[in-house]
Amino acid sequence: MASVGVLALQGDVREHVAILGALGASVVEVRHVEDLARLDGLIIPGGESTTMARLLVTSGLREPLRARLANGLPVLGTCAGLIMVARDIVDGRADQWSFGVLDVAVRRNGFGRQVASFETVVAVEGIGPVAGVFIRAPQVVATGPEVTVLARHDHGSGPTPVLVRQGSVLGCAFHPELVGETRIHELFLSSC
Amino acid sequence: MTTSPDSSTVGSTLVKRGFADMLRGGVIMDVVNAEQAKIAEDAGAVAVMALERVPADIRRDGGVARMSDPQLIQEIQAAVTIPVMAKARIGHFAEAQILESLGVDYVDESEVLTPADEEHHIDKWAFTVPFVCGATNLGEALRRIGEGACLIRSKGEAGTGNVVEAVRHLRTINAQMRRLHSADAAELAGLAKDLQAPLPLVREVAELGHLPVPMFCAGGIATPADASLVMQLGAEAVFVGSGIFKSSDPVRMAEAIVEATTHFRDPSTVAKVSTGLGTAMRGSETASLEQRLAERGW
Repeated sequence: MASVGVLALQGDVREHVAILGALGASVVEVRHVEDLARLDGLIIPGGESTTMARLLVTSGLREPLRARLANGLPVLGTCAGLIMVARDIVDGRADQWSFGVLDVAVRRNGFGRQVASFETVVAVEGIGPVAGVFIRAPQVVATGPEVTVLARHDHGSGPTPVLVRQGSVLGCAFHPELVGETRIHELFLSSC
Repeated sequence: MTTSPDSSTVGSTLVKRGFADMLRGGVIMDVVNAEQAKIAEDAGAVAVMALERVPADIRRDGGVARMSDPQLIQEIQAAVTIPVMAKARIGHFAEAQILESLGVDYVDESEVLTPADEEHHIDKWAFTVPFVCGATNLGEALRRIGEGACLIRSKGEAGTGNVVEAVRHLRTINAQMRRLHSADAAELAGLAKDLQAPLPLVREVAELGHLPVPMFCAGGIATPADASLVMQLGAEAVFVGSGIFKSSDPVRMAEAIVEATTHFRDPSTVAKVSTGLGTAMRGSETASLEQRLAERGW
């Protein structure tokens, strides 16, 4: 049974914990450096990326987590979590940092403010249609050669990637956890 | 594989409530200008509430308190990347329409402003922008949810720096939810009548054991310990109004309340961030207040 952490500094932690539990994983809520020991994988949930970034620094988690990710710790980032694993952030704060383990550039709030937040159906390679809830979601605006695009969504200005994978790193612009969708988490657990 | 734009829906209940879920574990800070908004964002706020005067000043100045000038809201929107909320008067749907057109991320139909309608709250289902409303008890919370609110905050007593009313409201709502959870079907109908709340929502709370939307806390939070207290009492995030920018060191107070809200179960962290913080806002005894803001709204 894989031991999977959910970064629990801020955001929709509970929904990820529930899905991992339902899939039989052993779940660790990560708030302190000690919580990183013995993890087989990590989920960075939805929330505010600037808040998470600050709390990663104040909790002392930033550098130990950076080292674990550099050593290949599998990670799934949803929404703010996608921003935290991306290589480049467009339209963020000038000093905004990320772990940079996924070779994509993302635009913060790329689909607009909350009044433009939307739900749709996303067709995922190898899985099929899943409910896609996009909340002030980041938009992937560039992908590197190692990145596989598993789903795209066309929001009126041409299709952009909304679920991407690079090795054991998965980045998702929407929130499968909000609707109890388990198949993307299953895909993630298969690499843990 | 690609999906097309025509299958998308904006403003659904899922999208509105889901956005509130993203704010959980965070601090929403009242700010009156772009400079304060930057301080809030730097400190790790999950959102800011843009208003012309913090509640302590509204209380001091008296007069009619209204929606903020759109220019102020737009300056704050331009200054930060985090969500920007703004307040409309209770029942003042035209103010809410203006805030929606400005693209604010959440409208707070707030008792801190002077009510515009003494019988009707805003029909919040009619909007794409989500609404947060205050509540002092479960019946009030469920009436607001019935009207379309997608986030409930316990009201507390804004502008006092005194957490006692926030605690009273959280404990009341929690106790009433526990009562529903243990009631049988016949009792639920009677309890819905007592609470003056829609029966379907009463049944939903009885089954879930909690509200169908997130419950945050507001009104009187002035220290990291206050944030830890209300989080341990079941709040899922905190609104801090006057407590930050009426303290002697707003930057450190903002950072400390953010950390205490994340690590609310860890007294050693709350102790560390509380150390040498300077003076919290002076605050006032609620018994001595001329105007109880929490009594606005029904």
